[in-house]
Amino acid sequence: MEFGFTTAAYVVAAVLFILSLGGLSGQESAKRAVWYGIVGMALAVAATLVGPGQGLWVLSLLLLGAGGFYGMKVAKKVQMTEMPQLVAAMHSLVGLAAVLVGYNAYIESVRVPGMDEAAKAALEGFAALVAHKTPTELAILRVELFLGVFIGAVTFTGSIIAFGKLAGKVDTKAKKLPGGHLLNATAALTSIAMLVLFMLGYGTWPLLVMTLLALFIGYHLIMGIGGADMPVVVSMLNSYSGWAAAAIGFSLGNDLLIVTGALVGSSGAILSYIMCKAMNRSFVSVILGGFGNTSGPAMEVAGEQVAIDAQGVADALNEADSIIIIPGYGMAVAQAQMAVSELTSVLRGRGKTVRFAIHPVAGRLPGHMNVLLAEAKVPYDIVLEMDEINEDFATTDVAIVIGSNDIVNPAAQEDPNSPIAGMPVLECWKAKQVFVSKRGQGTGYSGIENPLFYKENTRMFYGDAKKSLEELLHLIRH
Amino acid sequence: MKIGAPKEIFEGEARVALTPDSAVQLQKLGHICFVEAGAGHAAGFEDSAYEAVGVTVVKGAEALFDAVDVVAKVRPPVDAEVARLKAGKTLISFFYPAQNKDLLEAAKATGANVIAMDMVPRISRAQKMDALSSMANISGYRAVIEAGNNFGRFFTGQVTAAGKVPPAKVLIVGAGVAGLAAIGASTALGAITYAFDVRPEVAEQIESMGAEFVYLDFEEQAQDGAATGGYAAPSSPEFREAQLKKFRELAPQMDIVITTALIPGRDAPILWTRDMVEAMKRGSVIVDLAAERGGNCELTKKDEKIVTPNGVTVIGYTDFPSRMAQQSSQLYSTNIRHMMTDLTPGKDGVVVHNMEDDVIRGATVTFDGAITFPPPPPKIAAIAAQKPKEKAKVLTPEEIRAAEKAAFRKETRNQILMLGVGGVALLALGLVAPASFMAHFIVFALSCFVGFQVIWNVSHSLHTPLMAVTNAISSIIILGALLQMGSGSFLVILLSAVSVFMAGINIFGGFMVTRRMLAMFQKS
Repeated sequence: MEFGFTTAAYVVAAVLFILSLGGLSGQESAKRAVWYGIVGMALAVAATLVGPGQGLWVLSLLLLGAGGFYGMKVAKKVQMTEMPQLVAAMHSLVGLAAVLVGYNAYIESVRVPGMDEAAKAALEGFAALVAHKTPTELAILRVELFLGVFIGAVTFTGSIIAFGKLAGKVDTKAKKLPGGHLLNATAALTSIAMLVLFMLGYGTWPLLVMTLLALFIGYHLIMGIGGADMPVVVSMLNSYSGWAAAAIGFSLGNDLLIVTGALVGSSGAILSYIMCKAMNRSFVSVILGGFGNTSGPAMEVAGEQVAIDAQGVADALNEADSIIIIPGYGMAVAQAQMAVSELTSVLRGRGKTVRFAIHPVAGRLPGHMNVLLAEAKVPYDIVLEMDEINEDFATTDVAIVIGSNDIVNPAAQEDPNSPIAGMPVLECWKAKQVFVSKRGQGTGYSGIENPLFYKENTRMFYGDAKKSLEELLHLIRH
Repeated sequence: MKIGAPKEIFEGEARVALTPDSAVQLQKLGHICFVEAGAGHAAGFEDSAYEAVGVTVVKGAEALFDAVDVVAKVRPPVDAEVARLKAGKTLISFFYPAQNKDLLEAAKATGANVIAMDMVPRISRAQKMDALSSMANISGYRAVIEAGNNFGRFFTGQVTAAGKVPPAKVLIVGAGVAGLAAIGASTALGAITYAFDVRPEVAEQIESMGAEFVYLDFEEQAQDGAATGGYAAPSSPEFREAQLKKFRELAPQMDIVITTALIPGRDAPILWTRDMVEAMKRGSVIVDLAAERGGNCELTKKDEKIVTPNGVTVIGYTDFPSRMAQQSSQLYSTNIRHMMTDLTPGKDGVVVHNMEDDVIRGATVTFDGAITFPPPPPKIAAIAAQKPKEKAKVLTPEEIRAAEKAAFRKETRNQILMLGVGGVALLALGLVAPASFMAHFIVFALSCFVGFQVIWNVSHSLHTPLMAVTNAISSIIILGALLQMGSGSFLVILLSAVSVFMAGINIFGGFMVTRRMLAMFQKS
């Protein structure tokens, strides 16, 4: 086939990818949009396979099939609560692939210009492209692949650590080696020095050293970020995997790679921005890790936490007309979404208004709670965003907080000295009654006391979320 | 503990402090329940209904007082009942200790503990045992019903084949619990309802119930209901004048007036004077819920219904809750039951009279042979103090336009600056970079723009699927690996092969998991 056909296929694929992302604006159009993505990808791969310069297409198809088989298997059995881990693991694969492709580009760029004219003419595919490059273009190619390898390597180790933290295999606490961010900065500066050496033609070793440094940065950066900041981290890694693809696209001169990489990169960047805004923190402060820098003594919390048993909650729910449920990471940990869903359908069956309020950073992944509730068959039109529902708390009879803490902390509004002051929160304390389902009297991720638990209209419903809810469900049914 | 309710002695009192329903709940707390034979009859609860839920029916008040440790009553005890109390027994009832000093002394002398349901502090935690509120709620509702009973017309306006009927106009004075309940009942019946209160902060509550708040044109520091535990305080003579003037203006238009204005510890203020009554239309009705304390209307006669010479009915009944004995017994007994819940923290039938508890301390008027009234102020303020409302500065249209213009100019400047810097940087890059690079760079820049525009529209609830799908399409890096597979170098082929395999996992896994997630999102 001609080269023109491949380019045409790429254009169609790029358009399909854009449509695919655009379709995610609504739940119904999203179901169609994912097919755009699948067709676009199939088209791009097919066009490349039949395009010029493809030698080992049987092997490629075989490997693709094997990878696909494995991917399908994982995707089919993954639990929805494990989504954050899966996404992080997949990012690491993209990162590693970017590193490998970058290395290939380097190997070719060394091998090809050394050949004689006749051999060059016989080359096909990427090698042929390299063969036609002028020395300036080759220099740019090197910068691009250097960048691609760097971002890819950071994404790779970063995602692996993020995966470990999300899966509970690595301690979720923020940990730093002695030296902290100075180490990262040194590593980054050394990488730049390596780039200079690499460009000056010092051979392969600057590239290798840089790769090791980038791997270290990825590891150390993410190790230093704690549990509840994970939504930002995962979207940031998502963004990086996109930029890595774009950088590799430059070095390969492939426009589809550039387009797709840029789409993914900007998508991740926007997600990170939304998450940071929802925590009222700058991106830099999240990356530097941990809450801190209070500007004065925190407000004294007066009063006491009053506990309540399931019977009390059941009575209140039976009397209530409007109920808002605020799920958080604790619900995912306790796997309580099914019980929540059942409770919702029982209460809705009695003509009560039951809605869900979702804070943008609830859970460990952007939109995590929505997916969990959708899995448990909670209809999506009663699952509302913070901005849509915050005003309704004042007219609500009962608010139930299940496993969330910082996102319902009134200190964000009431105490200007609080570390989370100014963070947008769900104003559940305005409801007539608030029940907090919680394992014990601990503080949230930020380690800040939550005055909500001491409010007059708050009752603490201690215990494992799933067990408590099942007990509650039993009482309400009878 | 044994808890029991005697038959009310007070003439015409139909309520009872224990219902079969509340008895069931009390038994869950570990208590044993007793009731005097016939106590619930007037409220519609027969002895057999009590027996059916395991309550022991005792003949005669004497025997009941002997049998139980905790006596639950509605009305304050009469002398004969006080005489039956003794040390170790607890009485829970309305008591009005401020007005009944002698009764308080007598109760103290017996050594019994007395909990006055009218003294329960007004804090959120104690709302469930606030019997004054639950009774006031009934009074408010019943006042509207009594008014309707004596009013010769529809409440709601109708257009019938036989002619047009205008809706009744109802004025509620005092928007406490009773007033709000009256507003609710009146608007539900379809009347045009107006309401007045000296505390401007209740305007919102009044309007939320569907009535119109009657505003006074009066410049004075508004009353802060929070300072007095949510109750009204006496107002200045000037304010009163302005108020009466407004009422005079309204009187001829109103068909029904329900007054509920009470100030704690004082006689009811006269708000509806003789001349206002005279100005009202023939057939109008006034219900005075403050009759017990002298009445808000000058003509009110306690416990009586009178008709004035100009045909206005003035109702001064004081037994509205008792007129709906079944409902009020149910609510009152629930209040008592909640009080018992607080008194038996262990749910083991053991009463712990914890004088450290704000609610129990506040309501207890005699304890261990000593008078404990008045209680110290509660530790927690009843209602958060009304914050002075900040007046939003009203901007003139010119100022708004100027601000908009300035914002627009600033935005334009920022955009031009950014475009300028970006453009110069791009040009500088173009000077050194070869044309082939620039061609790709344009594609890159445009894609970033498209990405930003598209992603902003993605619904928040779909962020996880978005990540999964971007994950899948970022495996587009497979194209690079596929292109390099054709290389002659073995190392390159090996590395590309690994990349193809990994990207394959990602493509299929990413799309598959996205589809799974999206399929789960269902509309109700």
